[in-house]
Amino acid sequence: MIDLGPHAVFIIWAYVGSAIAVAGLVGAVLLDARRVSRRLTTLETQGVRRRSDNH
Amino acid sequence: MSIDTKSRQGWFSRIAHPGQFMAWTQPLLWPLVGITAVLFVVGLYYAFFNSPEDYQMGETVRIMYVHVPNAWLSQFVYVIMAVSALGTLVWRHPLADVSMKAAAPLGAVFTALALYTGALWGRPTWGTFWEWDGRMTSTLVLLLIYLGIIALWRAFDDQLRAARVIAVFTLVGAVNIPIIKFSVDWWSTLHQPASVFRPDGPTIPPSILIPLFLMFFAFTFLFLVLHLKAMHTEIRRRKAMGLERRAAGALA
Repeated sequence: MIDLGPHAVFIIWAYVGSAIAVAGLVGAVLLDARRVSRRLTTLETQGVRRRSDNH
Repeated sequence: MSIDTKSRQGWFSRIAHPGQFMAWTQPLLWPLVGITAVLFVVGLYYAFFNSPEDYQMGETVRIMYVHVPNAWLSQFVYVIMAVSALGTLVWRHPLADVSMKAAAPLGAVFTALALYTGALWGRPTWGTFWEWDGRMTSTLVLLLIYLGIIALWRAFDDQLRAARVIAVFTLVGAVNIPIIKFSVDWWSTLHQPASVFRPDGPTIPPSILIPLFLMFFAFTFLFLVLHLKAMHTEIRRRKAMGLERRAAGALA
């Protein structure tokens, strides 16, 4: 590992904080996608269809 | 003439129809994820192992590789939202409000990260985490605008009506973007003026410019991936809401 000098703590926390925020953002987007996907699957298994799907 | 009109209609309907949009953008998602991952790996390698320290700032220059991309995205995402807002108000484009809604939380996080990394860079460089100067204050205002827009989306049950109100609010808020951009020129500020995109060329040496551009593209591609995925989810959410309304109507 390179020597980050006397201000290493600021550099490390900038990257760690960014990594946590990016991971949280990716997780939130994927979780939302999964939740909506389950909601759609439930509706479709209940036999609810759009009018355009019936033709 | 008729051929031109037909091809134009074909292109427009492909973009405008949510189902078609999903169909042609879905295959793009994984290649974009791959490009983003490669850019981050190479960018982080350059940021930590293949770039020198700055002659003035020393090793803290490495904070720039996460600060500048987030600062750029904080404004770029808002410009995407403002263009989408025009699409909602002027053309009533079916995907415009989907794009607007999907971008807001992403913009808020990138803006928060720009402020956070800026504060961590400011302490060793300027001796303070925060200063109420033009650039920092206008970026904080941008974060508050993003949070206001997210709150507005949640306040409305009718998402089509919400889109019109939020589109107007977004366009009014867009006045803040040139204020952020030119604040370093208009007012006396701790924040340095532009050093990359300048009429006379960048003032940064290539050894620092290369990791900066790699991280800049890594974060930009990350935004593209997340925006696309969030748009797909929003389209599916609206389909689910439509089905729920239909089911409720059938029961009534």
